[in-house]
Amino acid sequence: MTGAADHRNPIVSIVALEKHFGAFRVLHHVSLDVFPGEVVCLIGASGSGKTTLLRCINQLAQQDSGAIWVDGELNGFTIANGRLHRRSEREIARQRLATGMVFQRFNLFPHLTALENIVEGPVEVLRRPRAAAAEEVQALLARVGLADKAGHYPAQLSGGQQQRVAIARALAMHPRVMLFDEPTSALDPELVGEVLAVMKELAASGMTMIVVTHELGFAREVADRVVFMDHGRILEQGPAEEVLLRPREARTQAFLSAVLG
Amino acid sequence: MTAPAPLPDISGYSIAPERHWGRWLAVAVILLLLAALGRAFAVGMIEWRYVGAFLTAPAILTGIANTLVMTVATMALGIALGVTTATMRMSPNPVLRGVAVGYVWLFRGTPVILQLLLWFNLALIFPRLGISGVWTVRTVDVMTPMVAAFLGLGINQGAYTSEVVRAGMLAVDTGQYEAAKAIGMTRLLALRRIVLPQAMRVIIPPLGNEFIGMVKLTSLASVIQYTEILHSAQNIYYANSRVIELLIVAAIWYLAVISVLTPLQMLLERHFARGTAGGR
Repeated sequence: MTGAADHRNPIVSIVALEKHFGAFRVLHHVSLDVFPGEVVCLIGASGSGKTTLLRCINQLAQQDSGAIWVDGELNGFTIANGRLHRRSEREIARQRLATGMVFQRFNLFPHLTALENIVEGPVEVLRRPRAAAAEEVQALLARVGLADKAGHYPAQLSGGQQQRVAIARALAMHPRVMLFDEPTSALDPELVGEVLAVMKELAASGMTMIVVTHELGFAREVADRVVFMDHGRILEQGPAEEVLLRPREARTQAFLSAVLG
Repeated sequence: MTAPAPLPDISGYSIAPERHWGRWLAVAVILLLLAALGRAFAVGMIEWRYVGAFLTAPAILTGIANTLVMTVATMALGIALGVTTATMRMSPNPVLRGVAVGYVWLFRGTPVILQLLLWFNLALIFPRLGISGVWTVRTVDVMTPMVAAFLGLGINQGAYTSEVVRAGMLAVDTGQYEAAKAIGMTRLLALRRIVLPQAMRVIIPPLGNEFIGMVKLTSLASVIQYTEILHSAQNIYYANSRVIELLIVAAIWYLAVISVLTPLQMLLERHFARGTAGGR
């Protein structure tokens, strides 16, 4: 898939990103293009900047310098007369619609049922009629295997079920790119599989996905490209088999042998 | 070595009821004290027939109605101002934050009875209100005891309620704001749809407290001639000198109102607990 994708324009283009938290450098000169239909897995140790990179893509975090283009639009700024002008909050909210985000800790809305969680965006943000939206959401719930859980509150669902509702909630906004921030890290081991299965189905359907993960088996099976990050930099990237089985960099080798034990 | 004694099989035993001798003793002592207190009041210098006669006197009923109206109106104003101020206080805009902090500082920093007197005597500062040359009214015509009590109590309440609301908003996990933003919500929409409904669970108990407090705080408006129940009771005992009897009438009405409000608060709490272990 990677080879074919290279001829097209990237859907996400990250250019020379820099970010600091105080004196700590989280991202250093990170550049990355992601093409339509591609599945890119970001791997690396905790604190290597993977999650921050993901959060910059949907503007939950703001980079200090550098640029991110999503679907041809510059994140957070407009360009006029050779200067950058900050976009309004409303504009940034609109830009976020291009990406769907799945969080490590699900972040479902606890006061709403599974169905209401997913319907909330289409109705309140996209202003779609509730009945039509609810119908589509039922189909989405079926797609993630939870057709019978529509009326359940998050507290009544297992972690794996909650994360699948969260995926459906993101999909309901019809994003161009799905962002996953360690989607299985907060799950009991026996529940990881059901979430990965939904993600595999999503990848197979042609969705562009950027996945921060420690699930190297998933990366190897599904990712078109694996990106290894270390201390805020992209150290190595390439096809999954290459990076995971024949890493060039010593730090990648060290990380992989530590993770695989 | 001797063989260990077999453990007794307890599957056939029932659990003997516990005897709470201390509790029974305490109840007896309390009942005794209450009886003594009741007798003291019964033989004391209280003409109970006056209490009975004035409990439903028209002036008293008007008074309690005015107390209720003022409580609901001032709390409505207080909650509206409180939610607005809390939202401003948590805004990224420093001007809005500053206005919110200033408002809370000013109205929490002075006694509410002083604020009531200021509103009521506003005519001393501004004899006429309106736009000069276009339309004006005499302040004394506008600033009736009712309007002064409404503004004085309501605006003061808003300052306190804003802190209650802010505490509730802070109690909501930041992941909820992020999830709301991630589906394209603006800050205000996220507050209204996602954060405030969850904050309500934390806000309702202290707000119920404030509401009950306001039922009684309206009695302060008697000093600016607003005819709430205490003012009505006072008017009557100025005429007939039955001071204690009429104060008891007012006390009975306050207790009655608050007895009704408490279960209402529990119903509200249950409504906003949906989705948590406690509700459903």
